[in-house]
Amino acid sequence: MAGSTEYIPHHLEHLRYDLTKGEWAHGTEGIVNFHLINVDSMIMASVLGLVFLLIFTLAARRATVGVPGKFQAFVELVVEFVDDRVKEVFHGDRRFLAPLALTIFCWVILMNAMDFLPVDVPGMIAHGAFGAEHFRVLPTADINTTFAMSLTVLILVLFFSIKSKGLGGYGHELIAAPFGGHPLLWIPNFALNVVELLAKPVSLAMRLFGNMYAGELVFMLIALLGFAASGAFASGAAAAGALALLGQVLMASLWAIFHILIILLQGFIFMVLTVVYISMGQEGH
Amino acid sequence: MQINATLIGQAIAFLILIAFTWKFVWPPLLGAIETRQKKIAEGLAAADRGQQDLENAKNEALSIVREAHGKATQIVDQAARRAGEMVEEARGTAAAEGERIVTAARAEVSTETARVRGELRAEVAQLAVAGASQLLKREVDAAAHAALLDDLAERIAAR
Repeated sequence: MAGSTEYIPHHLEHLRYDLTKGEWAHGTEGIVNFHLINVDSMIMASVLGLVFLLIFTLAARRATVGVPGKFQAFVELVVEFVDDRVKEVFHGDRRFLAPLALTIFCWVILMNAMDFLPVDVPGMIAHGAFGAEHFRVLPTADINTTFAMSLTVLILVLFFSIKSKGLGGYGHELIAAPFGGHPLLWIPNFALNVVELLAKPVSLAMRLFGNMYAGELVFMLIALLGFAASGAFASGAAAAGALALLGQVLMASLWAIFHILIILLQGFIFMVLTVVYISMGQEGH
Repeated sequence: MQINATLIGQAIAFLILIAFTWKFVWPPLLGAIETRQKKIAEGLAAADRGQQDLENAKNEALSIVREAHGKATQIVDQAARRAGEMVEEARGTAAAEGERIVTAARAEVSTETARVRGELRAEVAQLAVAGASQLLKREVDAAAHAALLDDLAERIAAR
């Protein structure tokens, strides 16, 4: 098991580029460092975003009012599913909120689905084809991606709150709700509202990140069984090697099957909570 | 784990995706769905209307048939009545005709009888005269015994 202490940290490392120095970054370089960018997350998220747009734009262009084909029926199924969920939560003009929900739902699911790729294969391809040291294929296991989405959602919540109540109305709500409009209560009210507001993106981002990061980690741990198997075979313990290999195949399959649920569920939760937060902001206390 | 410029990059990517979906993907797809829903609703309504029309037409046809049936029965009844009347009329005419023929025949028979009787009477008178002449070996004066002879002829005729 000599490789395992290096294997997992190696797989949890992003392919990073230093934007100011104009070179590939190595090492940790701080918890917050806006000079660096995770190239692997950017590439995967953008490619999957384009895949989403391609599928849905194609369906939208070919959309007929008559009998839909299988492809169109599938896309319409997704569209109607999302529209119905938004309709349940939000009672108002859905022309922006429903496409937002669709984008989140599909994009998150597509990104999460990258967890099904064998943990070593993307890194091997990236290393073999481009000489990249690291390549994490799962963008939602990158906290930057999930926070980017949830902070965008926070901005949208603020935007829709101000749009429906006016700047003064929303400002008044921030200091006067939930305890009352007495000036002594302004500070506790505001503090509580800020906590409530910030809890939303944090919980959104951490939930998705935590689930996907943990899922990815479990896949890596299961992959360690492969190391154990090859070690056992090398030392002549064929039975132990076979057992470890069988265990790897079995557990990876089971975890992957279970992960289908997690992947869809996380996309669904992110979508529904976004709609809930925005409609809460719009409807107010 | 590191918060870095990826945050900004992904947020931009996210915004682009949202904007594109909002502007170009969602409207045509939902438009198609809603238009189709409307069309299906219209089709179902039309089918219902067609069903209703069919029902109405069936009822109408049934009432027409019933009416025609009634009319036919009426016509048949009328024809039967008319036939009866005609038979009755013909019977009457035939009876009257028969009566007339019989009366005419009777009248003819009686005149014939009278005529024959007259002839017979004359002939009997002659025969009687001839017979008497033979018996008496002489001429009977027909004129002198006319009254006697007539009486005789009368008696014969009466037999």
